[in-house]
Amino acid sequence: MGRYDSPAALAALVQPHQVHRDIYTDQEVFQQEMKHLFANAWVFVGHESQTPNKGDYFSTHIGTQPVIQVRHSTGDIHVLLNRCPHKGTKIVIDRQGNTGKFFRCPYHAWSFKTDGCLLAIPLKKGYQNTGLEETDSGKGMRSVGDVKNYRGFIFARLADEGMSFEEFFGKSLSSLDNMVDRSPAGRLEVVGPPLRYMHHCNWKMLVENQTDTCHPMVAHESSAGTAVKLYEELGLPEDAPKPPAMEIIAPFMSPYEFFEGMGIRTWPNGHGHTGVNHSIHSDYAAIPGYFEALCESYGEEKAKAILDENRHNTVYFPNIMIKGPIQQLRVFIPIAADRTVVESYIYRLVDAPDELTARTAMYNRMINAPTSIVGHDDLEMYERAQEGLMVDGLEWVNIQRLIEEDEDFEVEAVENGTTERQMRNQFHAWVKFMTMCQKTEAAE
Amino acid sequence: MSVTRETLIDFIYDEVRMLGEGRYTEWLDLWLPDGHYWMPLDYQQTDPINQTSLMYEDMFMLKLRVERLNGARTFSQKPKSRCHHVIQRPFVDEMDTEAGRFVTTTFMHYVETRLDEQQLLAVTARHELALVEGRLRIANKRVDIVNCDAAFRNIQLLP
Ligand code: FES
Ligand SMILES: [Fe+2]
Repeated sequence: MGRYDSPAALAALVQPHQVHRDIYTDQEVFQQEMKHLFANAWVFVGHESQTPNKGDYFSTHIGTQPVIQVRHSTGDIHVLLNRCPHKGTKIVIDRQGNTGKFFRCPYHAWSFKTDGCLLAIPLKKGYQNTGLEETDSGKGMRSVGDVKNYRGFIFARLADEGMSFEEFFGKSLSSLDNMVDRSPAGRLEVVGPPLRYMHHCNWKMLVENQTDTCHPMVAHESSAGTAVKLYEELGLPEDAPKPPAMEIIAPFMSPYEFFEGMGIRTWPNGHGHTGVNHSIHSDYAAIPGYFEALCESYGEEKAKAILDENRHNTVYFPNIMIKGPIQQLRVFIPIAADRTVVESYIYRLVDAPDELTARTAMYNRMINAPTSIVGHDDLEMYERAQEGLMVDGLEWVNIQRLIEEDEDFEVEAVENGTTERQMRNQFHAWVKFMTMCQKTEAAE
Repeated sequence: MSVTRETLIDFIYDEVRMLGEGRYTEWLDLWLPDGHYWMPLDYQQTDPINQTSLMYEDMFMLKLRVERLNGARTFSQKPKSRCHHVIQRPFVDEMDTEAGRFVTTTFMHYVETRLDEQQLLAVTARHELALVEGRLRIANKRVDIVNCDAAFRNIQLLP
C-alpha cells in the first residue's frame, strides 16, 4: 500500500488555489497518472500522414505505454500495444516503417494481421488442446480501448470503457478545425521528423507553461529583448522588411497589457487556449497567393473568418499543445516524475504556398529546438522549479492568479489573458480522470 | 595571399579554438555577411528551409545568439556553459584556387558542459570557405550530429 493508492489521497493534492508538490515530484503519483489519467483520457498518438499506405506504421507512446499506429489493409488506422502476446518482445523498434500485410515477431515468429489478430504460430500443433485460444496470449496483439481519427489526427483511449471522444473534447475541437481549415484542401501533412528535446522536469510543468502569459517578457528577455535591441541598432527604415527573427522572436517581449488583452478561453475536461482576441502570431506578413487560394476553396467570407482566428497555444489535456496559425503540434511525453521528452511536429497546409511551411519550420527551430535560444530559458525555469520543489515545509504550488469564487470548469469561459484559470482547469480535469475508474472499481 | 591545404586546415583549427575559448566577436568576423550556419535535424537532410532543422541561422541570428550569451538576464547561462572541440585533420574536398572557393570536411567530438552535466556529440562539419579581399572567410557551415534523431538536452554553445 502506497501513500497515493486511493482516489481520496490523490484528490487531496489539488485545492482550488494551489496544488501539492508531490504532483510534480512523486514517482508514485506519476505511476498513478500512467495507470488512470493516461488510460481514461483521449491521448494524441500521431497524424495519419505519418502512415499514408497500408502496412505503414509509426511507433510512439501513450503515457509510458509503447504503442504502434498502423494503417490496416482496410485503410483504417489501428493503434496496437507494442508487445508480443507471447513473451513480451516489442514488435517494432524503429520509429516508422512498412510491415506489409502482417507483423511478425522477431523472437518466435508469431504473426499478426495489422489489426492485431493472431495470424499464425510456427509449429502450432504444440499448442493443440492446451487452451491457448482461451488466454490473452492467444488473442493476438492487444488494441487500445478506442481510436478516433479526427481530421487526420489520431487519438486513442487506453481504457476499454470511458468518456466518448466527442464528450472529451467538445467545443475545443474548434482549434484543430481552424488549423486544418487553413489548408485550401482541408488537409495537413506532417513535415519531417519532430524536434526531440529532453527535459529533467515533470510533464505538467510544460503543459502549464503553454498558457503562462506572465513569463515571456521575463524569461525570454535575453532572446527577445536582445533581438529588439540588435534590430534597433541596424537603424533600418520603418517599412523595410524585418529580419524573420524579429517577426517570430520579438513578439515575446510584448508588454503585460498585450497578454492581458489577448484573453484565455477554457473548455471542460482540461482544454483551453490563449489568444482569444489576438496573439503573438497576429502580425505575420501576408504570403502572396495564400488568401486567394483559401477564397477559391471556401469563399471570401469563410476564408477571412479562418484567418481572423489567431489562437496562440491550445492545450489539449492531458499532454499536447497546438498552434493553429503556424500548424505546429507539441507533445509532452512523460517518462518519469522528473523526465519528459518534448516532440515538436510541424505540418504542411496541402495546396498552400511553400512559404507557409518555411515560416513554420523557422518557428519550430527558433523557439522549440534543443539549440533554441528561447527554449533554453524555459527549460532552465522548469528544472529550477523541479529542484526547488524539493524544499520541505513549503510544499504547495500557487495557481490563484485572477481566481474567482466557485469557479465552474464544466462550462466554457473567456477571461483576462493573464489568468491562471486554465492551469486550475487542468488540475480539475486531472482529479476527474485520475479518480474516474477508481470510483467505478470501488463501486463494483 | 595564396591558399594552400595547410592554410585551410589551420583555419579550421583556429576556428574551433575561437569557439572553445568563447572569442565570439572574432568568430563572427570570420563570416561573410550572407552566410548560414546549418545544423540539420534529419539524417542526410537536403532542405534547410521547408523542413525543421536544429539551426539554420543567418548573421542576424548568429549575432543575437552570441550577444545573448553575455546578457545580464540570460538565465540558462548562469552559470555559463563551456565547450571543447577535438577535431580530426580536416579533409580538403574542393580546392578552386582560381575562384577562391574551398570546401572542407571535419570530424570532431564536441563536448558541452554546465554544472554537473556534460554532453558529448560526434559531429561532422562541412565548411564552404571563400577568399575575399585576401582573407579566408566562412561562406557557409553545415554541422551534422551523428545521432541527430536523439532527444537532446540543451545545446547552448556551438560545435
Ligand atoms: S515473443 Fe514474440 S513470438 Fe515469442
Ligand atoms: Fe516560454
